[in-house]
Amino acid sequence: MQSFLQQAVFGIQLGSLYALIAIGYTLVYGVLRLINFAHGDVFMVGAFVCYYACTRWLPFRDLSADPAGATTNIALAVVVLIITMAVCALLGVLIERFAYRPLRNGLRIADAHFWGLVAALPVAVRLGPFSHPGVLLAWLVIGVAFGYALRPVVAWIARRSVRATSRLNALITAIGVSFVLEYGGLLVVGADPNFVPTIVPERVYVLPGGVRVGTPQLAILAISLVLMLVLRYIVTYTRRGKAMRAIAHDIEAAKLMGIDTDRVISFTFALGGALAGAGGALVAALTHVKITPLFGLLPGIKAFVAAVLGGPGSIPGAVLGGLLMGLAEAFVAGSKASAFRDAIAFCILIVLLLVRPSGLLGRHVAEKV
Amino acid sequence: MSELLVTRAVSRYFGGLAAVSNLNLTVRSGELVGLIGPNGAGKTTVFNLLTGVYTPTSGDVMFEGKRVNGLRPYKMARIGIARTFQNIRLFRALTVLQNVQVAAALRARQGFWSAVLRTPRQVHDDAAIRAQCMELLDRLDLAPYADTRADALAYGVQRRLEIARALATHPSLLLLDEPAAGLNPNEKSELMSLVERLRDEFSLTVLLIEHDMRVVMGICERIYVLDYGEIIAEGAPDAIAEDPKVIAAYLGTEEA
Amino acid sequence: MLWLLSRALGAAAVLFGLGAMSVWLTHNVETYYYLVLIQCGIAATLAVSLNLINGITGQFSIGHAGFYAVGAYVGAAWTMLWRPIFAKELPWLEIGSLPGDVANLIIALALGSLAAAITGLIVGTPSLRLRGDYLAILTLGFGEVIRVTLLNIDAVGGARGLAGIPTLASTGDLAAFWVFGLLIAVSLLTRNLMQSTRGLTWLAVREDEVASDAMGVDTTRVKVTAFVVGSTFAGASGVLYAHFFTGISQDIFGMDVSIMITTMVVLAGTGSVTGAIIAGFALTAMPEALRFLKDFKEYRMVVFSLALIIMMLTRPQGILGHAEVGFGSFVRLYQRLRLGVRRSAR
Repeated sequence: MQSFLQQAVFGIQLGSLYALIAIGYTLVYGVLRLINFAHGDVFMVGAFVCYYACTRWLPFRDLSADPAGATTNIALAVVVLIITMAVCALLGVLIERFAYRPLRNGLRIADAHFWGLVAALPVAVRLGPFSHPGVLLAWLVIGVAFGYALRPVVAWIARRSVRATSRLNALITAIGVSFVLEYGGLLVVGADPNFVPTIVPERVYVLPGGVRVGTPQLAILAISLVLMLVLRYIVTYTRRGKAMRAIAHDIEAAKLMGIDTDRVISFTFALGGALAGAGGALVAALTHVKITPLFGLLPGIKAFVAAVLGGPGSIPGAVLGGLLMGLAEAFVAGSKASAFRDAIAFCILIVLLLVRPSGLLGRHVAEKV
Repeated sequence: MSELLVTRAVSRYFGGLAAVSNLNLTVRSGELVGLIGPNGAGKTTVFNLLTGVYTPTSGDVMFEGKRVNGLRPYKMARIGIARTFQNIRLFRALTVLQNVQVAAALRARQGFWSAVLRTPRQVHDDAAIRAQCMELLDRLDLAPYADTRADALAYGVQRRLEIARALATHPSLLLLDEPAAGLNPNEKSELMSLVERLRDEFSLTVLLIEHDMRVVMGICERIYVLDYGEIIAEGAPDAIAEDPKVIAAYLGTEEA
Repeated sequence: MLWLLSRALGAAAVLFGLGAMSVWLTHNVETYYYLVLIQCGIAATLAVSLNLINGITGQFSIGHAGFYAVGAYVGAAWTMLWRPIFAKELPWLEIGSLPGDVANLIIALALGSLAAAITGLIVGTPSLRLRGDYLAILTLGFGEVIRVTLLNIDAVGGARGLAGIPTLASTGDLAAFWVFGLLIAVSLLTRNLMQSTRGLTWLAVREDEVASDAMGVDTTRVKVTAFVVGSTFAGASGVLYAHFFTGISQDIFGMDVSIMITTMVVLAGTGSVTGAIIAGFALTAMPEALRFLKDFKEYRMVVFSLALIIMMLTRPQGILGHAEVGFGSFVRLYQRLRLGVRRSAR
């Protein structure tokens, strides 16, 4: 019984993180009917931003040497969380603007410059580490050059007849973005795993029954809850939130009602990105797992399953799904079939898609003949 | 005249909503019957029930004397029921000829392996199908467009192609779902004569959904009126035009 | 029956030509280039087989490497584990001599393809009810489940992979024969199908499933057949890979391999056989050319991903779209360049 409860504790921690990421998936799917494959990698970027912030950018005190610095550290930790969420929100917006929006609205000149910069990345990396300002400068220069080179191509494409894009194209684009983030990350920071050392005081409480619960786990749960409540407030009571729900119902009607759909969609991606970033920061700073540029892929997929489990477009569903996924994984990991810990997500997914594609809390929309 | 299609007390529920209830339709061989009703009355649902897209929740659909409830659409096509769609559903990347060839394929006797191995018989059959399809296109004045992509056609031509495609399946019963929608008056007149001509030349039975009363009154021999999923009237065009229930359904009743 | 004779003669001629070419290549081309060529052939076969599922019937399957893996493992299992059992009773199954090797390879191919076909059936059938993104994710899920399952079967090496598969007649002289023979087989099959009326019904399923259903096309059968045929050829490629490269491991059937194959099909043009072949060759040969770069795997993935994104944003139907490359297309291309882009058809 004790190990069952222990696994449950672990499962809830895992589940909260999956829930945070899953909300991002479900928001985007609700609004655009797009599976944002790159979302798990936004989570990864969040973890890395947190790592750099904790180890290089901000003056965290070494708690083993200076226990009194705990208050400073906690304050700094909050700053780290905010920075991470901001960066990841921005990343989400950029991805939407330059990878998904051109599929809806057509290519623009600005897209050429963005992708020119991205394409210059592998080239610039060859010149040296990114911490060197000269390398950054070179990257900008090459990027701008690529951008100008791509402009005529984009202009030529934009003049031609309408492309018929489908959701599958968006999915492939999303997969492409995910790979760019992952392998680009490998190029920039390398494959060596990093981890964040203890930055806030961590204590373990032993509950009656022998179950151990640590402050990190409580913090993860608490922060996740707060974020989810804030999100729920935004989606339910603010104008932007209502606009999001309107677009999820019928994007054309929303436009006709005067909603600036592009803005609201950007906002949606910003929200999702911020939550994923928060998840990444929490994971990095509080669980001290080893992070590599590829480590966002699997959690991303599991969180996606959670979103589908809860019903695409349903935020409570995403939370519920996340918790269920976390618990399922925790129990599998603790049992004899632990090798299947990652596969359990896919098994659940397969069964779910076959039995009830609309998820536990979603609505099924049939095709009109 | 034999009864080709009979529905007995057919109902279709979606959750608690009755889209169609207690439908009793009869269509006899060679007839040209119309199905009209206000928007949302359930007319396309009836077509979907008749072509296997939906299975009746209760009641029976009888075609040529046999019960066909629950048969999948492709089987319905094979036993002789063909349809067109309210929103045109052509195979857009395929040419006009290819669209028709797909429909003609259901009468082909050769299977997957013959196609893959290119047996002489299969090559011969394919050539025969192609010739038949060209002939069909010719009869519907579509031959000049044979190698044009379906999505490059004018709207009226697309509508004609939909009909040609349905005809290629050699149906006994042809269901036309708003074939005149979006056509200008000239095109509508042409469509009317086309439908009558096709009924005679191909020995068809036609059941047609339409909103344009001129078309309906012009060619239908008998009309069913549907409202809220139920048949509220049936009879010859003149009788229907005067039926107070029909008028109420379309125009509402006078304020007392 | 005359056609049967002429077909048989034609086939014999092709096989003989392939065999001769294979032997010539082995003796006249540096091993490194030969290996790359074989890899290109395998990749092209995978791309063409996926093209049947994705490009022609329009089902979005991104777990194709799973079938590849099943074929590889079952083929290897035969050669390494089961064959010795049978060889005790049937001495002609001993390897080391040409007839024995060929017999073994054929049996391995048959078993591997069958296993892959069954897997294709298992994956394809439930997929019938799903569309678009959901189908994609389902196939991805299946691919991963297959991978994890295979990795956990210790009898075939578990997580370490399987090494030391005895090379049969597939190495040395005849590797190119088998690989390109398979490629020709799948390409020919696809081409014949596409030129027939039945092939048109497959395209119709891609264009509009509801309408094709209404026109008498058994869409279920078409979709499942596509899955089964596609997976069979992927499995056969897997058998060849296992025996030619004498070892199989994680690398060959993870998600990134599935996505790479999908990239090939998408970039070249969904629905184009020659496009898939070209893409298979290009996307396999190019990384080899760039091998001198440090971190080349990451570069390759970044460059591919960028190419994928740019392609999706600019020309989602792929470079060739539904067209094939043949003599006529070069003529048309020349004409278009002369007349100017203005005059191009669509």
